[in-house]
Amino acid sequence: MSTHTLHPMPQASFRKRSQEVLDNPALRKSFRGAMDFLMQKRAAQFPDPARLEALRRQGEAIRQYSLSRLPELLEQLEANLKKNGVQVHWAETPVQAQEIIAGIMARADAEMIVKGKSMVSEEIELNHALEARGIAALESDMGEYIVQLAGERPSHIIMPAIHKTKEEIARLFAEKVPGVDYTDSVDELIQIGRQVLREKFRATKVGLSGVNFAVAETGTICLVENEGNGRMCTTVPDIHIAITGIEKVVEKLEHVPPLLALLTRSATGQAVTTYFNWITGPRRPGELDGPREMHLVLVDNGRTQAYARPDFRATLQCIRCGACMNHCPVYTRIGGLAYGTTYPGPIGKIISPHMLGLKGTSDLVTASSLCGACGEVCPVKIPIPQLLIDLRARSQAGGPDPHTPPLAGEGEGRKPLLALSFKLWSRLYRSPALYRLFSFLATRFRRLTPGRQGAWTDSRTPLVPAPRSLHELVRQRELSRSPQKP
Amino acid sequence: MNLSPEHGNPCPAARPHTVYFFGTCLIDLFDPRAGISAMDILEQEGVRVVFPEAQSCCGQPAYTSGYPAEALAVAEQQVRLFTEDWPIVVPSGSCAGMMKHHWPRLFGADHPLASQVAAVATRVYEFTEFLVKILNVKLEDKGQPTKVVLHTSCSARREMGVHLTSKALLGQLAQVEVVQQEREAECCGFGGAFSVRHPELSAAMAGDKAQALLASGAEQLVSADCGCLANINGTLAKSGKSLKGQHIATFLKSRLEPQA
Repeated sequence: MSTHTLHPMPQASFRKRSQEVLDNPALRKSFRGAMDFLMQKRAAQFPDPARLEALRRQGEAIRQYSLSRLPELLEQLEANLKKNGVQVHWAETPVQAQEIIAGIMARADAEMIVKGKSMVSEEIELNHALEARGIAALESDMGEYIVQLAGERPSHIIMPAIHKTKEEIARLFAEKVPGVDYTDSVDELIQIGRQVLREKFRATKVGLSGVNFAVAETGTICLVENEGNGRMCTTVPDIHIAITGIEKVVEKLEHVPPLLALLTRSATGQAVTTYFNWITGPRRPGELDGPREMHLVLVDNGRTQAYARPDFRATLQCIRCGACMNHCPVYTRIGGLAYGTTYPGPIGKIISPHMLGLKGTSDLVTASSLCGACGEVCPVKIPIPQLLIDLRARSQAGGPDPHTPPLAGEGEGRKPLLALSFKLWSRLYRSPALYRLFSFLATRFRRLTPGRQGAWTDSRTPLVPAPRSLHELVRQRELSRSPQKP
Repeated sequence: MNLSPEHGNPCPAARPHTVYFFGTCLIDLFDPRAGISAMDILEQEGVRVVFPEAQSCCGQPAYTSGYPAEALAVAEQQVRLFTEDWPIVVPSGSCAGMMKHHWPRLFGADHPLASQVAAVATRVYEFTEFLVKILNVKLEDKGQPTKVVLHTSCSARREMGVHLTSKALLGQLAQVEVVQQEREAECCGFGGAFSVRHPELSAAMAGDKAQALLASGAEQLVSADCGCLANINGTLAKSGKSLKGQHIATFLKSRLEPQA
């Protein structure tokens, strides 16, 4: 499986990009406030820990079952979609996905596409690719629209413009939307966006949407949204193109409600969203509305690599709720843009290596204290910290790979000095005699401990060994207790 | 990493007469007093404490940095020390979590020591967990009135599920008022190698944690994990603050002795 990437990781390092946010107190405060709000909203939806746990187990079981039958479910989905009149396309790489969509646009002679929220379309850099072909792509989700106006990328998978203040959005609208005066009234800003978009929906031949779940037994795609733009994108234009990662398939309709209950509560703290769309094909003869043509583009982009490995398959359980971001002490402090990947936060750290290779993502897999907050809130119980540990091992090639095929970029994050220091560490700590000598020297010559200990002492006082190790104190204690020799 | 709440140990039928004590590499070199205090408390409870001389480290630093082979070599050396069927008490949620939840995976089912590792994993207890759940201790506070804030490590909280046992022990101390901190469950930013691999992020997290602990109004800070303590104490000291955390074993020991 090739990991074809259009845009490699940004040049500036993750460390530098996160540093910029850390040095911006206003931005940090605003992220912190937003994440606190989302955490509280989620918590309010799950008052009973036992019921939450039962629901998470159910969600995990459904996702694991679906992945265990992924190839046959995808075939069943394709067959039923075709039966429903949906045209199905498979894309192994982002470029293939772009070409498929550009091809549909060209055949329809369409110069513009109106998009509902879709992270997979971000992943394949669709807007960019279409614009290069002279096709305009207009985001219709309010957050995505703001991000697009600003020429940025989404900083959160559910709330793309969470990094922007109301005032920034007001200035952006006044500057970029023709005929709009500055207003920081949220209601007015939303009305402005709505008016712009209504006009586009009416005039546009092709609409695009993402997919939250695809049901194999009926050939149905499900779309969760709050703004109604998703329904507009999928019903008003003549052609509806849906795009999804191959992992989103479930077998039965009855698998959807538990996942939906987990998704909306975990994502936005809502028991149910304003809109939930079940879409089972284009307009049928005799029907008065709906698209005349419908397509589903199923994208791999590295997912089969995770699927093929028992140690990384759980990555694909994700239902993209974003709760791991909201609860992550790292994401909370730097926001999503610093990651430089389509998917930020904990889920971004475990999925991006499969999409982009381990070489460009080695900084991301280490950027976690392994605190476990992500795994604790994940609605489908993805063991994110464990996956990070395993990705670190593959990135460093620290020991034989227990599984095949190797990950793209395996070993390319290896730092020779780090590798050497762990070799020495291991030698020292597995030999009681050497360790004894080492701790004797470290405690006896504690005054020689350097005052500067690399990055540790940038923000902390140095670590200085105690005058005697615990081993020595225990020996002394035992000696003092043993009966005196004559 | 097992983060579900069902990871408590089965309780031994009888009160154990002997335990192994695994001191951890951080306590060994940087805070041996915490280790001695923990051993003293266990002995005062009538338990014989065996400290295997050849112990060093659970292997976690290498394991979480992507060097499982190096971690395994060190962990093998430790597993061989626990030949008797005694509980293994560890004064760190992080190291206990490594031994209990990660060792079986690190060794793998085909390793010659696999069955021993599985048996050891069921016998590993974090220190405060052991005092509360197995020994059911009743502490008599002989200290002066004081206000204490508790920092619980993420491993103790989410991996070992023992965040309540430190709290329960402090709650037994009549003269100790436990005060709350904002965002109690948030990580202090240590994360082992994370603290030097991503120093600015780690420092931002440690700085916020230090602020929250200071704002709690506590006179003393305790924690059951030396990694967090090294990080938090180093951060507090660098900014000239007088609050200095100590291991919960050291603190409990001081409360159980008559004070001058």
